[in-house]
This record gives sequence, C-alpha cells and structure tokens, in this order.
Amino acid sequence: MNWVILLAPLVSAVLITLVLHPLRKISAGVSVLACAVSFAASVKVFLADGAGSVSAVTWLDYPGLLTVTIGALTDHLSTLMLLIVSGVGLCIHIFACGYMKDDPGISRFFAKLSLFMFSMLGIVLADNLVMMFIFWELVGLSSYLLIGFWFERPSAAEAAKKAFIVNRLGDFGFLLGILGVWWAWGTVDFGELKNSVSAAALPAVLAQNPLAVTLIGLGLFMGCIGKSAQFPLHIWLPDAMEGPTPVSALIHAATMVAAGVYMLCRVFFILELSPQTLQIIATIGAITAIFAALIATQQNDIKRILAYSTLSQLGYMVLAVGLCATSAAMFHLCTHAFFKALLFLGAGSVIHALHHEQDIWRMGGLWKKMPITAATFLIGTLALTGCPLLAGFFSKDAILLAALHNNIWIFGVAIITAALTAYYMFRLFAVAFLGQARSAAVQHTHESPPVMTLPLTVLAALAVVGGYLGQQAYLGQPHADHAGGGLVLWLSVLVFALGAVGGLWLYLRAKSERVHVDIFANKFYSDELYQALFVNGQQLLARILDWIDRWIVGGLIVRGLAVLATVSGEILRLVQGGNVQAYATVFILGVIFLCYWVMVHLQHLF
Amino acid sequence: MELVTQITLNHYLTLSGVLFIIGLAGVMLRRNIVVIYMGLELMLNAANLALVAFSRFGVAPNLDGHVMVFFIITVAAAEVAVGLALMVALYRLKQTTNTGDLTSLKF
Repeated sequence: MNWVILLAPLVSAVLITLVLHPLRKISAGVSVLACAVSFAASVKVFLADGAGSVSAVTWLDYPGLLTVTIGALTDHLSTLMLLIVSGVGLCIHIFACGYMKDDPGISRFFAKLSLFMFSMLGIVLADNLVMMFIFWELVGLSSYLLIGFWFERPSAAEAAKKAFIVNRLGDFGFLLGILGVWWAWGTVDFGELKNSVSAAALPAVLAQNPLAVTLIGLGLFMGCIGKSAQFPLHIWLPDAMEGPTPVSALIHAATMVAAGVYMLCRVFFILELSPQTLQIIATIGAITAIFAALIATQQNDIKRILAYSTLSQLGYMVLAVGLCATSAAMFHLCTHAFFKALLFLGAGSVIHALHHEQDIWRMGGLWKKMPITAATFLIGTLALTGCPLLAGFFSKDAILLAALHNNIWIFGVAIITAALTAYYMFRLFAVAFLGQARSAAVQHTHESPPVMTLPLTVLAALAVVGGYLGQQAYLGQPHADHAGGGLVLWLSVLVFALGAVGGLWLYLRAKSERVHVDIFANKFYSDELYQALFVNGQQLLARILDWIDRWIVGGLIVRGLAVLATVSGEILRLVQGGNVQAYATVFILGVIFLCYWVMVHLQHLF
Repeated sequence: MELVTQITLNHYLTLSGVLFIIGLAGVMLRRNIVVIYMGLELMLNAANLALVAFSRFGVAPNLDGHVMVFFIITVAAAEVAVGLALMVALYRLKQTTNTGDLTSLKF
C-alpha cells in the first residue's frame, strides 16, 4: 500500500511525458487521478495506523559499513504529513486544471507536478537519510522545473536558476550532516539511529569531539535553511513566485518548503543532543519570522506578500523546533499548509480573473465581483493571522506557549511577528478586496469557474476545522490547559486585534500606499547585499581566473609552445636557402670539424 | 751550399695540400659552375698526387697507390662525361651557369 502512494505520481509523470503529452485534457486527468490515488492510499495507511512500520528493499549493502534501503516508513509523523501533502496536493491539482486551462504547455505542467508529488512523498516516506537526500534533490529539481515553467520569460528562468543554486548551498550542508551522522553512528537508518542515540552513551568519536555533534546538527539544519528558505538563504523564495500560481501554492507555500521543518522533526533526536544547535535553530527561526514579516508590510505584489508571509511562518515552525516543540511545529506546518494553499489559490483565482495582474493597487472592490474567492480568502487571512477559533490560532498559540516557557526574547519576537502578520494580511485584504475598483480590468471581472472555487471551498473548510483536528492529532490536549496558556491566549488575541484593526484602519479607504519604509520595501537590501558580496566577488574571481586562463595557460603555455615551434622553424628555414654552394660549404665545414675532432679526441687509436 | 738536397715526402704532401685548398676554395667561392667543376678536378688530382707520393716514399713502398690513382682517373673521366652532360642540360633549361641563380634545391 505504501508503494502505491509513492509510485502513482511517478507512473503519471512517466506516462504523460512519454505517451500522453499531446492529449492535454487526458494528461491533466491522469495527473489528478494519480494524486487522488495517492491521497486515497494515504488515508488508508493513516486509518490502518501501522505505527513505525517499515517496508523496505535494500539498495546498497556493504556489510559492517553502510546499508542503504529504499523504504517506506509510516509512523505518526509521516502518515499525517502524507495526508497533508497528498490532500492539499489534490486540491491544488484540481485548481490547476482550471488555472492552466488555456496554457499551451499544460501537459508538461502536469507531468512536472506529478514528478514533484513523487519526490515530495518520497521525502515523507523516506526511512533513512540517504533516501531522503535523494528525494530532497528531486524535489529541488522539480521546483526548478516548475519555477521556470514559463522559461521564455527571462525573469522566470533567472528565478529558477536562483532557487536551484541557493538550494544547492543548503543541500551541501545537509550532505555533510548526513556524512557526519554516518561517521558518528555508522548508520543512516532512522530506526537504527533512534535506537543507538537513545542508548545512553554517545559513540566514542563523539565523546572525544564534543563540537562534532553540534556541527552534525548544524549540517542537517543547513538543509532546512536552504529548502525552508530560512534567513541567510531566504532570497530564492520570493523570486520563486515567478512560477504558475498553483505551483507557488503547492511547492513554495504548502509542502516543499515545509520539507525542511519535517526533516528537522525527523532527525530531532540528533539535534536534541546539542543545546547550542537548538539555540541557533531557534534564533535563525525567530530572525526569519520577524524579518520576513517586516518586509511583507511594504510589498505590493499579491504573491510576494504571501511569499514573505510564508517565510515568516516557516520561521515560526523552525523556531518551534529550536525550542524542542516539534509537535507544535508539525501542527503549525499542517494548519499553515491548509490556509497558505488557500490564500495562494485565492490569489491565483484573482490573478486568473484579472488576466495576470498581480499589483494589489490595481485591484480593489473584488469582494462584490468574486464573492466566493473573497470569502475564502478572508477565511484564509483570518486563519493565518490567528483569529480565535480558526486553524492558525491553535497552532500559533502552541508555538507561543513553547516560546514563553523557553526564551522570553523569542517569545517577544514571535508576538510582534504575530501582530505584523495580522497587519500586512489585513492591508492586503483591504486593498485588494475592499474599497473601490482601482482599474478597468476589475470592472469586467467575474467569479472563477467551479473547478477553481471548489478547491478553495474545501481548503477554507480545512482552514476552519484544521485547528481542532490537528490539535488532537499532534498535541493531544487543549493548549489552554498548560501553565501560562491563559496569558498566551489573551495576548495573541490582543495582537491579532491590534494588527487587524491597524491594517484595516490605515488601508480601508487608502488610494495609494499610506506608510513608506524604504528599507522594508527594498527587502532590507538583501538582494543588493548578495549582489555586492557574493555575485560581484564571484565575478571578480571569475575574471581573474579568466585572465589567467586566457594569458597564462592559453597564451603562454599553449600558444607559447606553438609560437616557439613556428619561430624556430622560421629561423632554421633560412639555413636551407637552396644554394648548392652553401650546402657544400656546410658539408665541408662539417668534414673539417670531424677531422679535427677525430684527430684531437681519437689520437690514441692511431 | 745546396738549397735543396733532396725532394722528400713533405714537399709532395705540401704541394698536394696547396692544390687541394686551391680546388676547395674554387668550389666554395666561385659562382660559375664550370669553374667549380675545375676546382673539383683539382682536388681529385691533389689526392692522386698524395697517393703517388705515399706509394713511392711510404713505410713500405709498393704499387698499391698507383692502382688507386688509376681507379680515380678512370672514375673521374666517367664523372666528367656525366657532369658535363648535366651542365649542358642545365644550361639549356635555365640559360645560366651561375650557381647564385640555381636555388630550387630547397623545400
């Protein structure tokens, strides 16, 4: 059963690529069907509840050294994640049928989407680090292909390259982390690792090198920094919005970027060994959360606002992992997948209706034109901002509670981020959906077809009830029962109200931007900083190497040898003048020299 | 007082050397191909003179040198026939006997 989950999308991707691609509607249908099969199989596995069961085939076997399997691990963590990935994925597949209806490359799109589903489900099911790494890279590849789906647009091609290269940086750290784990414990299998880590004493190599366990943890965390777009490597995610909107929803909001957090939870028992690692993880998460939220307050592109919001929420999850609250992190991952997919699909619906207009200042008044999209978008906004009784409220409070118990500074950052989240989301909602129409396109727009509104409705329903379901699945008890729960509850309601009222009050009747903060609008100049530090430095290095290659290697060594041969040939050519007497003279001189030499040096023979 | 009491091997060899050098200089320096040829003949005859002198004044005088000289004269006669024929052919082809104009012997 586990293999069906994994293989259905792969079969779909291969079929569409090789056979079905001229048949546009059938390609889309096959891809949706494959996703539905995965979802059905995931539900069955979830209900069967085979806790910790593994079905694996051995791939590499070097006895006593390394055994790598390709297996499907279905435990509490992965079955829930499977449900989220395939469930949200199914909604988005259906939505994409409507959104991509008129695109000439729809077959290619669905083939890549299926490839992505295969890779993502592979990460979730992976029973060892090596297999996870392989699917991790596959996910990076399909992300690259889908961001660059409209590759004829230079910005999309650039964004795809940027995402791929930045992710490579993180992946390299991840690979080092995996090697470190193998070096320390001699296995990469999650089950065996968990047993040997919990077996009291550390391995000898780690006992001798206390720093190593921190470095291994940081290596693994590097993978998360790249894939989940945490602070130093966050720059690729906003640019990834160049891809089609369903891709942004599925990959760059709901599932793939959450893979980093999922991986952290999977290997948490290793991270846990080093308090320093956890400290760094929590700090990076907190920085990302507030940093991205500040930038989001000044963006004008509807998808970019949501992208920075995604960054901020991922920061929340990573922060929770750093505070040992993995179940809160997974809970927030789950609810976030619901409402962020919903928000992106809502944005997609708007963009589709307005013929690819993404600037919120050219929208306005969509509430009347697109009631279903607007209503579901409002639900998504409320869920994201932590409105009481909706999904985000519960998961965010779980994280805030963990922060309050661990680190008061991080708690403060998280609370401020929550207020900012409410502020920028209500700014977005007020500008795009309320008020007066700001462009002619809005006047003529109308509600999207049912194939797009149906997934919106389903996800909206999940965004409402996800909190209650997830709370049972992840936390097991209502969060307000914990010590300090009441304080967190009231504080989070207060910051939600503050942010929401602030956003609405400032922007409800605004004709243009009311608040100007250049540093936020320019994303803290991070792209410019990277340009100056890394791109230009690398360009300089490249130019130096180019010079060396051109003049030293190419000029002096390669062409130098050729020039040497040519010049010496030219000089020696002068000797062969064609004059017989000159030849005779040389010949005679040679004979005289030989005679002299024989007489001087071979005297003793006579 | 006698200036020259007896003509010895050294006198012959000196004469032979002088003739050889004159012939060699003619081969190396003259431009007319007929004169070069004459230089070559002079060098052959210088060698003949040395051979005959050794044959008469050598450590064990015998007729071996004479035999050698006859061979050389015979071969030189044949060589003259071939060489002059070549020169005539060359002159017909190039209308010159100046070696400075005959520079096609190169790559």
